[in-house]
Amino acid sequence: MTDLTSLTLAEARKGLADKTFTSLELTDAHLSAIEKARVLNAFVMETPDQARAMAREADAKIGKGDAGPLAGIPLGIKDLFATKGVRTTACSKILGNFVPTYESTVTSQLWRDGAVMLGKLNNDEFAMGSANETSCFGPVGNPWRREGSNTTLVPGGSSGGSASAVAALLCMGATATDTGGSIRQPAAFTATVGIKPTYGRCSRWGIVAFASSLDQAGPIARSVRDSAMLLRSMAGHDPKDTTSVDIAVPDYEAAIGKSVKGMKIGIPKEYRLDGMPAEIEKLWTEGAAWLKAAGAELVEVSLPHTKYALPAYYIVAPAEASSNLARYDGVRYGLREQGKNIIELYENTRAEGFGAEVRRRVMIGTYVLSAGYYDAYYLRAQKVRTLIKKDFEDCFAKGVDAILTPATPSAAFGIGEKGGADPVEMYLNDIFTVTVNMAGLPGIAVPAGKDAQGLPLGLQLIGRPFEEETLFSLGEVIEQAAGRFTPARWW
Amino acid sequence: MSTATHKLLRGATGDWEMVIGMEIHAQVTSNSKLFSGASTTFGGEPNSHVSLVDAAMPGMLPVINEECVRQAVRTGLGLNAQINLRSVFDRKNYFYPDSPQGYQISQYKSPIVGEGEVVVELDGGRTATIGIERLHLEQDAGKLLHDQSPSMSFVDLNRCGVALMEIVSKPDIRDAEQAKAYVTKLRSILRYLGTCDGDMEKGNLRADVNVSVRKPGAPLGTRCEIKNMNSITFIGQAIEFEARRQIEILEEGGAIDQETRLYDPNKGETRSMRSKEEAHDYRYFPDPDLLPLEFSQAFVDELKAELPELPDQKKTRFVADFGLSAYDASVLVAERESALFYETVLDKLANRARDGKMAANWVINELFGRLNKEGRDITDSPVNAEQLAAIVDLIGEGTISGKIAKDLFEIVWQEGGDPRALVESRGMKQVTDLSAIEKVVDDIIAANPDKAAQVKDKPQSLGWFVGQVMKASGGKANPQSVNDLLKSKLGV
Repeated sequence: MTDLTSLTLAEARKGLADKTFTSLELTDAHLSAIEKARVLNAFVMETPDQARAMAREADAKIGKGDAGPLAGIPLGIKDLFATKGVRTTACSKILGNFVPTYESTVTSQLWRDGAVMLGKLNNDEFAMGSANETSCFGPVGNPWRREGSNTTLVPGGSSGGSASAVAALLCMGATATDTGGSIRQPAAFTATVGIKPTYGRCSRWGIVAFASSLDQAGPIARSVRDSAMLLRSMAGHDPKDTTSVDIAVPDYEAAIGKSVKGMKIGIPKEYRLDGMPAEIEKLWTEGAAWLKAAGAELVEVSLPHTKYALPAYYIVAPAEASSNLARYDGVRYGLREQGKNIIELYENTRAEGFGAEVRRRVMIGTYVLSAGYYDAYYLRAQKVRTLIKKDFEDCFAKGVDAILTPATPSAAFGIGEKGGADPVEMYLNDIFTVTVNMAGLPGIAVPAGKDAQGLPLGLQLIGRPFEEETLFSLGEVIEQAAGRFTPARWW
Repeated sequence: MSTATHKLLRGATGDWEMVIGMEIHAQVTSNSKLFSGASTTFGGEPNSHVSLVDAAMPGMLPVINEECVRQAVRTGLGLNAQINLRSVFDRKNYFYPDSPQGYQISQYKSPIVGEGEVVVELDGGRTATIGIERLHLEQDAGKLLHDQSPSMSFVDLNRCGVALMEIVSKPDIRDAEQAKAYVTKLRSILRYLGTCDGDMEKGNLRADVNVSVRKPGAPLGTRCEIKNMNSITFIGQAIEFEARRQIEILEEGGAIDQETRLYDPNKGETRSMRSKEEAHDYRYFPDPDLLPLEFSQAFVDELKAELPELPDQKKTRFVADFGLSAYDASVLVAERESALFYETVLDKLANRARDGKMAANWVINELFGRLNKEGRDITDSPVNAEQLAAIVDLIGEGTISGKIAKDLFEIVWQEGGDPRALVESRGMKQVTDLSAIEKVVDDIIAANPDKAAQVKDKPQSLGWFVGQVMKASGGKANPQSVNDLLKSKLGV
């Protein structure tokens, strides 16, 4: 039964329904895999007792024939999602041993549909990072290594734990969040599938906020179909989040295998960066050719404000973060470092509780919102955001169904290799993904090939608002053409 | 309408004019908080009305309470103000333990209500029109408790997140009298609308008062803000003190520092709280958790149609329908409960057109006078509207005289009961039977021949006879009949 962990979610669902194996067996297989993979540091909290209890409950329901769409499927949960009774820290020291009395809407919908929680997954502190190196629990290892090398690589971030765990077959799927690329970039670095749905598609209630106008939950999974299955449960209107949208959730899985014939795919010329590695360029061309072979029409499109997206993002996101993180003050929950007075208590708590990258972004955010700088930075960044959104709208107005881009400008890199001296070096990881958050659009990253060192690379498809189905159809074409990629086990 | 002349303050260098603007924080009457379902009930155990949102737990999101929006719109309509169909919630960022989010959700650049105006009544029938700059919705803060532990402060979040309306006046107020009249009028309008209970003792209505002084006609001076005033009397005192303080500084060649001050009612002075340099940079920006607040004109129109009659409209109606003086009418409408009492009396009267004005006099002079004397409120008046209406009916129909009515009022006040039944049982009925009165008149004239003889030369001594007759009849004789009879008998 050891290869139960290598099944896709869709295969496992069939096995459970056919009673080939039980959820408890499937869950135990994953729990045992997690135990053996602790060197990856993907999980920051394992919940085996809870997992087995949920698995037994799922087995009972499957037995009675009233199983939900995810009954018995073991999942990992990014530590940004509040889980009732289970420590939730956003991988920040400042939350300490915070145990929520509430369950996030997204995870409660997964449990409603029968899924099983294996534990909480590592991420960059407050989801601020692109390599999962800023977590207070330490960095996450990527199950992928360069051919012939023992160097541990980053899985990307901020959903590094989610991507690593899914790629290393520790869970059948994982929840993740994406503010500037935090689902799609780690998916690309680990040969997994990650979709950031349209802003408003998933409720943000109960997810530790980073930048409210950009944050969106989504799944990381082993296949396009699996990601469609997970998103269907995660998505939906929530009256507790007024930015969530009241549109019915379609059966995303039905989009898998649907013909893409006649679809118009935009290739944005602005995404062809100077000094872009040849293999990324090659991957992109190849991906376009696969879609064309499947009957799609390729058109060159222009998104003229792309080059302003990253700087504007690094104003808007820190601005919102500086305010969202003000609640971590040592007064009501989490870490408290005493001081002579309340100001010192704040200073000591926040200096001790926040890591360097979080402090940097809080400082940037505070600066750009300050009197005298607001107009020059925040207001201008919001105007840029409007222009970026309009770029996409113009493009879609010309009949383009989706836009194809590389997911990242490079493959995974070594822990500590990037951003040490210049944080911008790290920020550039999100160059292809931030535009999508700025415009609130859905974007999917699908594994498409490997670089010369044998590391996975991904392609990104960007869709119209609330047309995730198009992305699943197109993503599956790429997946079929490229094949699936599994790392060689070294842990 | 007479325009107001305002008070100037005399200094060593001549007259000074005060320029005053106010920010009133009015707690919105609603069952739950502005962005959470927690109760707004006053006086619960500390932290017993606190939701996850109020405590700013990780991942919590605000959801607007639509009733609070309706209350703000109603208030805007009551202030004759522009209602903005689109407004925006902003975050006002600052650290303090009474604000768990680390920011207050408020409205900064785009408030729900724009410009309006309020007409206020001043002494001697004068009025002044005070402009409203804006009204916006925002969250109230929690309360710090400093007396629970020797080394720590505790925080009670029950009030945290309760909806406030901040009503900002234009700097149109020119003296303490106008300032007090403005707060009084605003409070009255809010209470009529039912959008704020106006309870200043509980802090449900409090004012920040901006005061500056200038020579009449000169440009605006530097202002100081007196924070958190919750008594109309103190507002008046604080303004007088603050204006004189500023005048003294200016006349000595000094300059006013723009600062926030607090009023100490025990010492009768304002004290510096923080200077402009210490002022926070609130880093306002639109709250990304909330979409802009948008509603239709139809929504506004619907609320407008359901609006109750407001004090100004009521006053006009009382003057027109019952011939009340403008002053009496404004006394009656000043408090919603007083107006309601008077209107209930009107409803019960047998002849409203005839006795409406008399009823107003009775409510104002007898009832309010007595209530004031005993420090009681109209809502616990021992004489209810039905009883008062009965007394007025009895006078109006001529059953009792005004004088007897006062005795009757006293009995009802002390003992309660049905006035009409009391008049019967205690024999208080006015004697209108002419023969009975005539007998008394004859007796008195017979007993006082000297005085009777003098009346022709000294007509003013007729009053003495009237008094004697009334006394003899126990006040029950109809005074008009007594007068007529005496005149004919004495040949005056």
